[in-house]
Amino acid sequence: MSKVYPDDKGRYGAFGGKFVPETLMFALEELEQAFEQAWNDEAFMNDYHHTLEEFAGRPTPLTYAERLTEKLGGAKIYLKREDLLHTGAHKLNNAVGQALLAKRMGKKKIVAETGAGQHGVATATVCARMGLECKVFMGEEDMRRQSLNVFRMELLGAEVVPALSGSKTLKDATNEAIRYWVSNVEDTFYLIGSVVGPHPYPKVVRNFQRIIGDETKQQLQDIEQSLPDAAVACVGGGSNAIGMFYPFLEDDVELYGAEAAGMGVETSHHAATISKGTKGVIHGSLTYLIQDENGQIIEPYSISAGLDYPGIGPEHSHLAESGRVQYEAVTDDEAMEALKELTRTEGIFPAIETAHALHLAFAQAKKMSKDQILVICASGRGDKDVNTIKESLEREVQS
Amino acid sequence: MTRQTVREAAESASYPLFIPFIMAGDPNKETTIELALTMQEAGAHILELGIPYSDPLADGPVLQRSALRALKHGMSLTEAIELIPEMRKKGLTIPVIIFSYYNPVLRMGIETFIEKLTENEADGVLIPDLPLEESEELSTLTKKVNLANISLVAPTSSTRLEKIAAQAEGFLYCVSSLGVTGTREEFPPEAYAFIEEVKASSEVPVAVGFGISTPEQVKRLQGSADGVIIGSAIMKKVEGLQAELEHEAKRRDALQSIQQYVEGLLAVPSSHQQ
Repeated sequence: MSKVYPDDKGRYGAFGGKFVPETLMFALEELEQAFEQAWNDEAFMNDYHHTLEEFAGRPTPLTYAERLTEKLGGAKIYLKREDLLHTGAHKLNNAVGQALLAKRMGKKKIVAETGAGQHGVATATVCARMGLECKVFMGEEDMRRQSLNVFRMELLGAEVVPALSGSKTLKDATNEAIRYWVSNVEDTFYLIGSVVGPHPYPKVVRNFQRIIGDETKQQLQDIEQSLPDAAVACVGGGSNAIGMFYPFLEDDVELYGAEAAGMGVETSHHAATISKGTKGVIHGSLTYLIQDENGQIIEPYSISAGLDYPGIGPEHSHLAESGRVQYEAVTDDEAMEALKELTRTEGIFPAIETAHALHLAFAQAKKMSKDQILVICASGRGDKDVNTIKESLEREVQS
Repeated sequence: MTRQTVREAAESASYPLFIPFIMAGDPNKETTIELALTMQEAGAHILELGIPYSDPLADGPVLQRSALRALKHGMSLTEAIELIPEMRKKGLTIPVIIFSYYNPVLRMGIETFIEKLTENEADGVLIPDLPLEESEELSTLTKKVNLANISLVAPTSSTRLEKIAAQAEGFLYCVSSLGVTGTREEFPPEAYAFIEEVKASSEVPVAVGFGISTPEQVKRLQGSADGVIIGSAIMKKVEGLQAELEHEAKRRDALQSIQQYVEGLLAVPSSHQQ
C-alpha cells in the first residue's frame, strides 16, 4: 500500500489518465506543474490554510453523537462536521484551493460545472471573495429543480449558463464546461468540483480535500488518543470520501463508501457506479461508469442531486479493486430513514448525500463493539434539500 | 484491385485533399451508405465515418445533435464498422477511417475493435480523446495490421507539436483554432501561421479541420495546408434534409443537393489562382 498514487502518468493502478482532446493537453500539463509548485510552496499553503480558517470556518468540529451511539448500541460514533463549513458543504475546501491556484497562474476567469448547485455556489463564493470572473454551467433540468441555488450564484455575481445538451443534468453540465474550456483554455481556469476528470484534477481535488481526514485524525487523537476503527463517507464523484479516507489509507482503519442505489440496484434507476458499473472513460478519466453494451453513457438516478453522476473518481475505482475500501449501495428510502434518525436523535439536519453515508455507518456501528470508534463524514447540511425531503415524506404518507 | 492506403490517398491528391466526415446512422444506414458514395462522387479522397456517442466532448451542437439522432436510430460502433463492406459493394474505393470516441472502443475491447476494422476493410482510426500519451496500446495494434492511427494537433499543442508530428500516420489532422467542432465565421489571424508551422513539422500531408464551411476558407488555406476536413457543414445539410433522407423516394434528390453543396465548397477556381 506504500506505492504513491497517482503515478507519473496520472494513473491509480489501472485507472485515471488523461483522455481528452489534444487542445487541452497543454493546459493539463501547465496545471500539473503549477499545482506541484504551489503545493510545495509554504507561502501558498499558508494562504490556503489562512483562507480556510478565517473565511471558511475551519477547523470544523468533530461531534460525538452520544444519543445515537447509545441507541445503536455499538461503536462510538463521531461526526466530522463539514456541514458547518461556509456555504454548507465540504465543496468549499476545494474551491478555495483551486481559486488560489488560478490566481497564482494569472488566470482571471473561472469556469465550473455544478449538479445540485453546491459546487457552483462554493465556486461563485470564492470568486466573489477573490475578484475572479465566474461562469457556471448547470443542466437546464437541474436549474429548474434547484432554482434557489441558481439565485444564490447569481447574487454572488456568477453567470449561470444552462446546459441544454443530453439529459440536461450534471453529466451534461460537465461536458459543456469542458467544451467551454476547450474554446477559452488560454485565459480560463476550469475549477472542477470533484475527484474526477483528467489528471491532474483527481489529485488536485484530493489534496485540497484531505484536510477533512487530516483534521479528523488530529481531533480524534486529542479526544480519544486513538485512530478510528472505521470511517464512512458518501460517494458521488467522491471528493468528500477521498478527503476523509486518504490520510487513513496506510492505517489500520476500515473504510466504507456509500454510493447511491436510487430505487434499487436491481432497477435501472440508480447511480451505483462501483456496484453496477463497468470500466470505461468519462470526462477524461478511465474509471468505473454506468454505460450500455455499446459504450454509451447512461443517465444515473438518485434522490440526491449530488450523487447522480454516472462515473466515480478514478482513485475510488482503484481502492475498490484493491479492496482497501468497501463500497456499498444505499437506496433513496434507506437514506431518508437515516436522515430522519440523525435529525431527531442529534439535532443535526444532514444533506441527502450525507444521509447515504449515515445509513451505511449505522449498519456498521451496530456490528462493532462499544470500545470501537466509527467516524462519519457529515459532508453537507440539509437546508438545500428541504423541498425534496418534504415531497418525499408527503409521498410516503400518501402511499 | 488493391486500395490505396490513407497516406497514399492523402499524398496523391492535388489541392484540396478532401476528407469529409459523415455520422453513421444519421438518419439511417441507407443514407450513410449512399452519402459515402456521394462524397466520393464529390471528390473525397478519404472518408471519415463518425460513430455516434452520448458524450462527445470535442463536438459542437451540430454534431451533438447528429449523434443523438443516430443513437435514437440504434446506430452503434459494431454496426457502423459493418457498413463499410456495404459501401465497398456499391463502389466505394477510397480509404475509410473510423472516427470514434474512446469509450465505445474500450467497451468493445481494443483487440476486437482492431479485428473488426481489418475484417471490414477499414483503413484507419481516429480517436479524438486519445492523446499521444495514452495511445500506445492502440497504436501498437494498428501498426501490426497497417491501419493508420490518425493524430491531431491543436494551436495549444505548442512544444508537443514536434513529438506528435514525428509519429503521425496517414495524414496529420490540424485543429484550426481553439474550440469544438462546428462552423466559425472565419479563422483567427494567427491560425494561418500555426498551420504553416504544422506543415513545416510534418512529413505526412496536413489536413485542416474544425470550422470549415465556406469556399473562401478552402481557398485561403491553399498554399498552407494540403487539404480540408469538413464535417459539421455536411451534417448540418443532412439535418436540414432529414425528412427527405428518411424517404427512399426522395433520398436521391436530397443526396444530389448535398453533393452540389459540397462541390461548391471545394470549388477552387483554377483560372483565379494567384
